[in-house]
Amino acid sequence: MPATTGPSLPRLLVVAALAAAVLALLPMGIGLYQTELLIYGLTFAIAALGFNLLLGYTGLLSFGHSAYFGMGAYTVAFIMRDLHIYSMELCILGGLVASFLLSALFGYVCVRHTRIFFSILALALSQVLWSLAFKFFWVTGGTDGIRVPRNQLTLLAGFLDFKGAGAYQKFVYTYYYYVLVLFLIAVAVMWVIVHSPFGKALQAIRDNETRAGFIGVPVRRYRWMAFVISGMFTGLAGILWAPLNGLTTPDILYWPFSGEIVFMTVLGGFRTFTGPIVGAIAFNYLKVYAVASSQYWQLVLGLVLVVMVMVLPTGIVGTIAHLLGKLRRR
Amino acid sequence: MNGEKMDTSIIQVLNSIFYAAVLFLIAAGLSLIYGVMRIVNLAHGTLYALGAYVSAWAVGSVFGATAGGNWVLAGQLLLLPIGAFAIAAVGAVIEPTLLRPLYRRPEEYVLLITFGLLMILEDVMKLLFGGTPLSAGSILDSMGSMRIGELLYPTYNLLVIGVGIASAIGLWAFVYRTRFGVILRATSQDRRMASALGLNVGRVYVQAFAIGCFMAGLGGAVVVPAQAAVLGMGVDALILAFVVIVIGGLGSLEGALVGALIVSFVRTAGIQFFPEIELAVLYLIAAAVLLIRPTGLFGRV
Amino acid sequence: MAILQTIDLKRYFGETRAVDNVNLSIEQGEFVSLVGPNGAGKTSLINVISALLPAESGRIIFRGEDITRTSTTERVRAGIARSFQLVNVFDNLTTFDNVALAIFSRQGKTANLGSLAHLDEDVNREADGILDQFGLGAKRDGNARDLAQGERKLLDVALAYALKPKLLFLDEPTSGVSTRDKGQIMDTIASVVRGEGITAVIVEHDMDVVFTYSDRIVVMAQGAILAQGTPDEIRRNEQVAMVLLGSSGPDAFTRKD
Repeated sequence: MPATTGPSLPRLLVVAALAAAVLALLPMGIGLYQTELLIYGLTFAIAALGFNLLLGYTGLLSFGHSAYFGMGAYTVAFIMRDLHIYSMELCILGGLVASFLLSALFGYVCVRHTRIFFSILALALSQVLWSLAFKFFWVTGGTDGIRVPRNQLTLLAGFLDFKGAGAYQKFVYTYYYYVLVLFLIAVAVMWVIVHSPFGKALQAIRDNETRAGFIGVPVRRYRWMAFVISGMFTGLAGILWAPLNGLTTPDILYWPFSGEIVFMTVLGGFRTFTGPIVGAIAFNYLKVYAVASSQYWQLVLGLVLVVMVMVLPTGIVGTIAHLLGKLRRR
Repeated sequence: MNGEKMDTSIIQVLNSIFYAAVLFLIAAGLSLIYGVMRIVNLAHGTLYALGAYVSAWAVGSVFGATAGGNWVLAGQLLLLPIGAFAIAAVGAVIEPTLLRPLYRRPEEYVLLITFGLLMILEDVMKLLFGGTPLSAGSILDSMGSMRIGELLYPTYNLLVIGVGIASAIGLWAFVYRTRFGVILRATSQDRRMASALGLNVGRVYVQAFAIGCFMAGLGGAVVVPAQAAVLGMGVDALILAFVVIVIGGLGSLEGALVGALIVSFVRTAGIQFFPEIELAVLYLIAAAVLLIRPTGLFGRV
Repeated sequence: MAILQTIDLKRYFGETRAVDNVNLSIEQGEFVSLVGPNGAGKTSLINVISALLPAESGRIIFRGEDITRTSTTERVRAGIARSFQLVNVFDNLTTFDNVALAIFSRQGKTANLGSLAHLDEDVNREADGILDQFGLGAKRDGNARDLAQGERKLLDVALAYALKPKLLFLDEPTSGVSTRDKGQIMDTIASVVRGEGITAVIVEHDMDVVFTYSDRIVVMAQGAILAQGTPDEIRRNEQVAMVLLGSSGPDAFTRKD
């Protein structure tokens, strides 16, 4: 029997299990604040993973993914404030439905174009949402945003809540594992998608859309499907981010946040599966420390981005893989 | 319609044209750069803001903050465009150092580097000029106001409208009536052909980029006596300039003019009649134009 | 019965008559060569029949159905596949994945996003079989971009073949390939196509190749069909000789005789 192309599953599962175990043990060693930072990193990683299904695998650069992140976050805020439902599972369900509907609508429009036109269309539509969140302050709280009260939040259908003394600490350590599990599921799901026949078809569209059509791949419909999946992953990230941040503001809908999602993905390397994950976690630390150490943090981030693009265009993961390959060949 | 309402309408029309003039300057630069080099410069709005800061700072440091006599005003007005020249110089440095090495790579990289530039320049402004708004309002004050019926309108705004019109005519003549314009258009249509004909494409690129930046800087310079330069103004302006060139057609000069007028009048009407969705309507118009006619109203196919 | 029939098919580019009221009929199981000077409209005709270009007027009948207004994907599903003059493969996928994807597409499995592509044993077996048929077995795990030019040409044809089409168009499968490789590529293609009973239409400049492999030859000039017949008939046709000699040099006809 011929050998199969593609990754060796058992070895991959071992590596993944090791990585998951390290992530699971980390909070015991790194303290409360670092754990909280890592939760942010993991949520952004889910967003970047979704974003990269479009950029890395389908060849479409969305400059409007803030819309889906924001849609997830605002839906959670609305559900808690207006429906007085504090179960995280119901919030996730509601947020996913909302980001599904939004990305299906926006995606349907955007995939009519490619290249820079796609990018601008995605940007313009995300700005519609931002301007509405900004102006309809009686619904969205305007620039003040909406508070997401985490002391009322319940996880696992009410099994866990965060009231009384030590609630914050309990929240961080519990929520870390909650997000970690969802992150691992998201990674597994995305891994299967990009290695499925559908994932191969997307890569074919990225490489050569004309030929993809001539082997019978319905190019536009698959781009749309990829857009919706991508939007829902980014939406899930926004959903998980909302209680962690405790507040949603229009900033997460504004276009520079879309730029940050692009940044994370390129930082890690958009040609690899793990690039966006590594990039998102790294970007989060980079931004937090840049903000903490200097009021000119944008300058620091901008310089990092410029240097990355000029010198290390394959990103952190791409560069490391290249170096490892060199070492192995010696 | 009674007299006062009439006067208000006239002022609103003037405001729209004033706003369109500024927007045209920014958008024409963005469009020129895209038209010739196929680059979408995300830092363009920030360059506009930087132009505003530089002009306000120069006028403020030389003449102080208070209004003076006619000679002072003349000096201030002469000094005002310095922001435009400063930004053109910045552009002339950026293109060969940061953009040129990336032309062989996928277009995403150029887009990203301009995003990085945006972040850098936003903080450079903060670093140089601090967080406080900076204005050249003394010019506006010295020039006084004119009467429109019962209402007053700043004379300076009319000057800006004049600059807008003059720039539109000047740019048009430059692109369609000069030798350099021919070279510019040839390069924009077929880079390799232009290069085969012996044109120095590298030089055309740096010149086109610098001129585009000059336009952004000029937009900032003329707006700063009327509106103070503040942090974040560039990020907002970029998206509006985008809407303008998407409506008018990416790379089209006429398109930038018509797009700027459409956006300004829709905004003015929006602020009065549908303030909540004023911006949303603009973005939706841009999206609709992209869908129905991706080359814009004036774009080439 | 004809598998494909075009009725007054027309496509102009401005003043240029790329396809000018062409009435072409292809029989089931035939190996047909489309020849003619550069700009005769051979590739344009294939482009219109395969839906890369829309027809201006006229009709395309495939297996009794009018397919003139259908999309690329629909024509592929109906059983029309093609290769390209300039190699058109998926550069960043492995050679194996290129072919496997075409098989998934034929089986209607590309919308499947819940299973791992490389665990589908049936597809793996078939893809490896096709790669071996085309002599690409040794290169299966490398990216398509790293193949040699002749191998890329073969992969391009293999992609179309993997769709198990009823009608296969091959646009200059040996162009840009060394003379030594030409024979090998054509032998591979001919044996594969005849083995499966696929109807094939090939655009080719090399008259050696054309006379060796064709059942029938269709000569085009200025967008229209000038003559058609068996290799022997075409070889004896002086009008055809004039047209072809005028464009492809004096040795176009001589070597085979």
